[in-house]
Amino acid sequence: MKVSPIRKYLREERLPTIFCPGCGLGIIMNATLTAIDQLKIDINKIVMVSGIGCSGRIPGYIKVDSLHTTHGRAIAYATGIKLANPELNVIVFTGDGDTGAIGIGHFIHAARRNIDIKVICVNNLNYALTGGQFSPTTPKGAWTYTSPYGNIEGFFDLCELAVAAGASYVARWTVREVYNLINSMKKALKKKGFCFIEVVSPCPTNFGRRNKMETSQKIINFFKEREIKVKDAKGLSREELRGKLIIGEFVDRELPEFTETYKELILVSQKKFKEPEKPGLAWIELEIRY
Amino acid sequence: MTNRKGKIDFLQGNDAIVEGAILAGCRFFAGYPITPSSEIMESMAARLPLIGGVFVQMEDELGSIAAAIGASLTGVKAMTATSGPGFSLMQENIGLAIMCEVPVVIVNVMRGGPSTGLPTKASQADIMQARWGHHGDGEIIALAPWSVQECLDLTIKAFNLAEEYRTPVIVLSDAVLAHLREVVIVPDPEEIVIVERKHPEVPPEEFLPFKADESLVPPMATLGKGYKVHYTGLSHDERGYPTDDPENYKKLIERITAKIRNNAEKITSWDMKYIEDAEMILISYGSSARAVLQACINARKRGYKVGFLRLITIWPFPEKLIKKISENVSKILVLEQNMGQVLHLVKEAVGNRAEIYFYSKLGGEPFAPSEILEQIGRILK
Repeated sequence: MKVSPIRKYLREERLPTIFCPGCGLGIIMNATLTAIDQLKIDINKIVMVSGIGCSGRIPGYIKVDSLHTTHGRAIAYATGIKLANPELNVIVFTGDGDTGAIGIGHFIHAARRNIDIKVICVNNLNYALTGGQFSPTTPKGAWTYTSPYGNIEGFFDLCELAVAAGASYVARWTVREVYNLINSMKKALKKKGFCFIEVVSPCPTNFGRRNKMETSQKIINFFKEREIKVKDAKGLSREELRGKLIIGEFVDRELPEFTETYKELILVSQKKFKEPEKPGLAWIELEIRY
Repeated sequence: MTNRKGKIDFLQGNDAIVEGAILAGCRFFAGYPITPSSEIMESMAARLPLIGGVFVQMEDELGSIAAAIGASLTGVKAMTATSGPGFSLMQENIGLAIMCEVPVVIVNVMRGGPSTGLPTKASQADIMQARWGHHGDGEIIALAPWSVQECLDLTIKAFNLAEEYRTPVIVLSDAVLAHLREVVIVPDPEEIVIVERKHPEVPPEEFLPFKADESLVPPMATLGKGYKVHYTGLSHDERGYPTDDPENYKKLIERITAKIRNNAEKITSWDMKYIEDAEMILISYGSSARAVLQACINARKRGYKVGFLRLITIWPFPEKLIKKISENVSKILVLEQNMGQVLHLVKEAVGNRAEIYFYSKLGGEPFAPSEILEQIGRILK
């Protein structure tokens, strides 16, 4: 029997997972481990960090150094880890509530610093672990327990936020596009900078069942009908994009990375200054970037 | 103080904390500006790069404590500093550090509260927040310096305790000490004792990350060293894996509580003077104790038999000591800058063995020895 190449990365004694039938988390775990395996990254140098929510459980099933932290704070923990030991590959698993609501501050600030952390955000369109409440990415009109008359709130485009905040690499896929997802993960793992990959994922238990999509297949079809590639979306008006799910790479660019710049700061401060001169260290050009 | 070798300096409390932290081996600081603690992070921003350490200004206090805990897991000694409102924001993650047993030092420069309160003035009203601010059980260690020298010394001690017991340790400074300038001896590195955390002595495949020996403190693996430890804020077993098994939860909570409670006498320290013939003991701590000691000396000159007890460790609370003292005196006067927080603990320890009096001063102005003397006179007349 052929053994899956990712099996060696699992904490097998912890299986089966707590994930519901039809959940996309297994596909995302698989894609991440496949990318790591194909790139032959030293598993001892990987740290996986997560917050609270269904996505937060992923690191607990993988044989790596891993942290299952508090709600919304995974990226902040990851920032400390990466800064204290830049040799580690830090991967964050997070969800739409974790990143888009309670932890949005850490998300956009980590992107602003462009710190070398890879964030995989599982967007299942609702707060699922708590039983199905609306999140900042729940579609308008959707039924959840806290939107019993249909969701009336607007939608956060987490990828656009990451781009605006200064991330090096940003992409969105649904669990339908597994090979694109693996390729994006490989790109992100090789890149030096803040990388954000949003994976739109089916939650039949808490999102689907209440919105006339009882099976994962129906939710995936719902994604498929709405998908539009980034390049095809370019030039379309807001009105034309209404109800569309934009997928693909939003940005892939080279920007100064925070831990690298900090290393430089250490060298410059030690070489030039016994005590910092006032006002400030003038080794970086003054620049206002918008 | 005088027989220690070191560099004589003239520092404010906040800077002395930085000196202490760096001597203790702190190489990571994450913080968010807040009065009256900001000078700590300003000094760290200037000092840490010069010794190859990392300073990061985070987007809020939630991020600051999280980054410090994350850094500590990589084997680096890490700290953050804040004041009341920021300390409140840190509480959930302090709980995670207790649960996952991660050493970290948190300085809380106490100011008046609740809410924004008195940002530039001192209080001692975070005694209970330090202990009970996070939800759930668990013990905490909190130290209260009374001088600029002690800001330095107790910060070193805080790091040592954090590493020894794998737990967050809080330094409760206040707005008076923060900006008070005094002569300080910055000890030579060979003059101080540094405690390092225990690391696993077995290979990764044999390592159970949350299995402790009789010390109740498990050795700690460093991220990236191949031990592949899973840390979770969830109730976890000795492997670090989540489980809601009632027996396992009980065992975990009892252990992380006992590792500090069982060592309370080793951890706690205090300063006691004029106790032998005292009829009344004055109990205080932190910067308030400075005026209390002076009042005690002045009262003795006037013939009052009063003694002085200054708590250096607030948590774990030295209840055995207080109980013992209460067996030999008839009166106890608790003095603190709040509506009565250590007072509760003294009452609990003393029971009805002695009469307990309370004198507080709110508003941020430090106690004056004269007003304390007046209280002593009123009680003992």
